[in-house]
Amino acid sequence: MNISLSRCAAAALVTSSLALAACSKEAPEELPPAPAETSAPTDTRPAPTPTGPTVGTQEHFADAVGSSTTVYFDTDRYNIDSQDAAALQAQAQYFARYPQVNFTIEGHADERGTREYNLALGERRANAAKNYLVSLGVSPDRIRTVSYGKERPVALASTPEAWARNRRAASVVIN
Amino acid sequence: MTRTFTLLASVAALACAPSPLVAQTTDLGEPLAEGGEVETTGTQASGEDAEGGLTFTVTDESDWSDIGVAIPAFATDRNRPTPASTDGTEALGREIARVITANLRNNGLFKPVGPDSLPQPDFSQITSPAWGSWSGRGAEMLVHGYVRARDDEKLVVGCYLYDVALKDELIREGWVVRPADWRRAAHKCSDLIYARLTGEDPFFDSRIAYIAETGPKDNRVKRLAVMDSDGANHRFITLGSATALTPRYSPDYSKILYLSYVDGNPRIYVYDIGSGRQQLVTENANPTLAPRWSPDGRHILYSMAVAGNTDIYRVPVTGGTPERLTSAPGIDIAGSYSPDGSKIVFESDRSGAQQCYVMDADGTNQRRISFFGGRCATPEWSPRGDQIAFTRIAGDFNVAVMTPSGGSMRVLTRGWQDEAPTWAPNGRIIQFFRTARNSGRSSLWQVDLTGRNERRLPTPVDASDPAWGPIRP
Repeated sequence: MNISLSRCAAAALVTSSLALAACSKEAPEELPPAPAETSAPTDTRPAPTPTGPTVGTQEHFADAVGSSTTVYFDTDRYNIDSQDAAALQAQAQYFARYPQVNFTIEGHADERGTREYNLALGERRANAAKNYLVSLGVSPDRIRTVSYGKERPVALASTPEAWARNRRAASVVIN
Repeated sequence: MTRTFTLLASVAALACAPSPLVAQTTDLGEPLAEGGEVETTGTQASGEDAEGGLTFTVTDESDWSDIGVAIPAFATDRNRPTPASTDGTEALGREIARVITANLRNNGLFKPVGPDSLPQPDFSQITSPAWGSWSGRGAEMLVHGYVRARDDEKLVVGCYLYDVALKDELIREGWVVRPADWRRAAHKCSDLIYARLTGEDPFFDSRIAYIAETGPKDNRVKRLAVMDSDGANHRFITLGSATALTPRYSPDYSKILYLSYVDGNPRIYVYDIGSGRQQLVTENANPTLAPRWSPDGRHILYSMAVAGNTDIYRVPVTGGTPERLTSAPGIDIAGSYSPDGSKIVFESDRSGAQQCYVMDADGTNQRRISFFGGRCATPEWSPRGDQIAFTRIAGDFNVAVMTPSGGSMRVLTRGWQDEAPTWAPNGRIIQFFRTARNSGRSSLWQVDLTGRNERRLPTPVDASDPAWGPIRP
């Protein structure tokens, strides 16, 4: 408990300083005037340093791994297939590169299951993804799991295509 | 230094692991007012209680669904103001008759005619009906009753059932209720009529806990709510900032078990209705799911997922060490006690897909009972013990019943997605929720055991996960 508390405290401090950093980068309310169009085409000044999303945000994670933030499952299944494995490998590389980032794996099910069973199924999917990441060297202490069952669909139709998109385990950076 | 540490600790608690104390109060509304007691009293008029009942035997609702029942306004000895009705006891008497009429009509069992199309008997006629005026109306049964406001504001409600052809009283009963509980007297009278005419146990004077749903499909707000069996006295218990699911009333109506995401994880809480407070069913980092009461209200059955594997556990309501009842790899969930508490029906996907199993209450003798094709989910043992209702998954999702050994399976509903059956206190009617294709809109429905009488329950907003409580004491 003490250990996890201090880890949490540290994480909270890191998170809040990141949040502060993020805040300080917010655009001022009054934007400077746009540069004149005419000077742009011939401008040869070096490009400004890219200011992408900050490490520790979901945006940064998604920029790095693309669609691999989420893995998908067959109906009533939770096994990691080769496509899932590739996505989780991309995630594992990211989390190895940014060891300060902790994350939640959200397990979901499609609407064509009973509510209670789907909560358990989502839990099983989240754990399957977690176990695979742990097997790739990500510390289990960095991974929280939560199941939302069928309560939080991303695709809203009642079609096989929508159900396939909802049977998922989504990794979400804790910030 | 000490101060710094405290600050850190509280920041950590907020950021990572909200303490139960913080979590427990963040989504709860004001406590509900405690319900009053209903005292059974002697009816005013003299006369001996008829014994023996009707001579026909009830085998099927259709045999007696055509019985006409006339329910004129209840009379009053003196029209007095009462907190139950701004227009006094006379208006209240009419309202009580309307509630009884709606009860009997909504359940498809009788052909009731209510006070708005009937003459109004006066107080003296309650115990001596004007037979001549009723026999011409085609009603086989006649309900009379009265309302009297006592000086302490409590209401005395008398209820009489007569056989018009026999010109005879079948049964009578009276109750003393607080003005706020006047509807309970109407439900008690409905129960008296129903039980006398059908030979079945009563069910109207009962409450339902359920999940009220609002908002779009990808951002549904799900709140714990409660109401009377006819939808009246509706109250929200949670505020909606955290998803609430799968409630169950305790057998004595003092508590509600339900799942809440109030600390970010799916966990079962025991909500105390009197105090408006709640606590975790078990202090544990793992998700807890699918809560059910033991019939005596002393144990809680639930499932817990550990590293993705879900098993069924039992813990005393007073706390203590949970006892694990299943250990098969897979999802063991939705345990439901037999009414005598000796057995548990549950669902498991240990065979590869959801099927229903029965075990002894200590977890021994686990055996599969569903072998009729399709899947078997959310089994609920009838309070009569003779049937198990469940969600049958075979293409569509439908509510079905079977015997405790898995025989005589019958599908009762025909929706696209009907799930989560819950029994009326008398084991004759099943409620469930129906989800509409695409929109995801949900609503509460009930169906009788013949499957012929199906109707939607009125709820203020969309609704799911009904849990029917027992007859109120």
